[in-house]
Amino acid sequence: MLRDITLGQYYQADSPIHRMDARVKLIGTLVYIITLFLYKNLTIYLIALLFLGAVVKISKVPLSFILRGIKTIMILLVITAVFNMFLTPGEPIVSFWKFKLTWEGIANAFYLCIRLVFLIVGSSLMTLTTTPNQLTDGLESLLGPLKKIKVPVHEIAMMMSIALRFIPILLEETDKIMKAQMARGAEFDSGSLIKKVKALVPLLVPLFISAFRRANDLAMAMEARCYQGGEGRTKMKPLKYRKLDFGAFVVLGVYLAAAAVLGKLFPLNLIPL
Amino acid sequence: MPIILNHVNCIYEAGTNMEVAALKDVNLVIPDGQFIGLIGHTGSGKSSLVQHLNGLMKPTGGEVYFDGQDIADEDYDKKKLRSDVGLVFQYPEHQLFEADVFSDVCFGPKNLGLSKKEIELRAYEALKMVGLEDEYFYQSPFDLSGGQKRRAAIAGVIAMKPRVLILDEPTAGLDPKGREEILNLIKKLHEEMGITIILVSHSMDDVADYVERIIVMNHGEVFLDDEPKAVFSHKEELEKIGLAVPTVTEIMSRCAGKGFPVDDTVTTIEEAKAELLKLYKKR
Repeated sequence: MLRDITLGQYYQADSPIHRMDARVKLIGTLVYIITLFLYKNLTIYLIALLFLGAVVKISKVPLSFILRGIKTIMILLVITAVFNMFLTPGEPIVSFWKFKLTWEGIANAFYLCIRLVFLIVGSSLMTLTTTPNQLTDGLESLLGPLKKIKVPVHEIAMMMSIALRFIPILLEETDKIMKAQMARGAEFDSGSLIKKVKALVPLLVPLFISAFRRANDLAMAMEARCYQGGEGRTKMKPLKYRKLDFGAFVVLGVYLAAAAVLGKLFPLNLIPL
Repeated sequence: MPIILNHVNCIYEAGTNMEVAALKDVNLVIPDGQFIGLIGHTGSGKSSLVQHLNGLMKPTGGEVYFDGQDIADEDYDKKKLRSDVGLVFQYPEHQLFEADVFSDVCFGPKNLGLSKKEIELRAYEALKMVGLEDEYFYQSPFDLSGGQKRRAAIAGVIAMKPRVLILDEPTAGLDPKGREEILNLIKKLHEEMGITIILVSHSMDDVADYVERIIVMNHGEVFLDDEPKAVFSHKEELEKIGLAVPTVTEIMSRCAGKGFPVDDTVTTIEEAKAELLKLYKKR
């Protein structure tokens, strides 16, 4: 169950996407997300699907692995879809009591779900192909100009990389504690809601204690190494754009242009509006 | 009521490039009342193996039988199984959560749905069994010393009255004195309660003095399975997979190598002492 959470997980493989500079991937993800929200028609989603499919194929990450992330937002998707279908004003198809199922609602629900799914898949693909360290290095470098207006960019990046690093550790810890309490007869997945909430106490208390202990140890280890913030710090692996990255920028540019132009000129609509 | 493992396989992350076979075709019979040492290097599959014994992990192939029943069956009573096969994890003190030691030990029996009286009786007995005095019963578990925490955590599992007790690296992170005390405690549990004990460790020194059978795991497979003396006679093979014979056995075998007429199959300090005295008297 806990293994389904792909957020912040890295999938080891050797692919052009993996080798790419993290900054390119961050910008790429941003551009991709922008295109998803540019227009509300099918053309743009077809282009995005094509782009996403190609990137997934090149990245060598198995599709089943990427789709696991969607499982966890399934409930959110269903709720969003249902609310949109029934609460969007427009031409009613069926109506009962206060609710009306409308064509506009169905279209809205469809677009929203596609956007959410594409959003999750696209961004989890970025974290799957980029190690947390690369990711925060990239972010720090991209946000670098903000230092001029006294934004603590390095500290923010550091906090992010620690947070990302701790996700798998705490998940593993949770798994371990759950198993240990199950070995003492605890049940986490049965009984009434109140029972389930009560069952969380034996899980959360040790988990919090362990999180604090780890935070303490890490702070101690950082201090023992004389860690101090960003000023004057050099990098072991400085970020550098290479041929592959410039190529990726070109592809991104073409994708953005294609999405913007084709989406505007040839809008395919789901329903005749 | 033995535990039988029949061609048990366990594969993590099947179908991705992170695929790992934690267990490969494991066949074992664990009869009642045996004191077993389960030895293996980190990642040899020993932790996966013990989690199969109480149903926390399901085999991806093969079956595990307890009392002659397949524990993977849909209608098998998992709770009953977990009270019968008690598993104490590594660093069990990290799982303490109640406000006082006594309530924490009560957690297991409470989950079994026993009466309040029975729960408290069992908790009391378990705490006495692990040698924790009354004065600690109502202290916060977080105020105890390392060794005491470990005892309290072990009591939490014993209170469920298991017929098989598995301890995963029970001496990890303890000082030599604490280690000695815990190992003696486990021996006492075996003798007084007459239960099956499986002691998981990566150190032969931990188990040599106590167990009657050693199972050596390597890369998810059972590498050796025999009584201690027979296992230690495979010195070279053990060293090849990153394990060592107990320190006393090593010393005696080196003595034998230097030409002293001593038995190099001894496994305990007592036996080694007897051997050396014999040699001394002969001179």
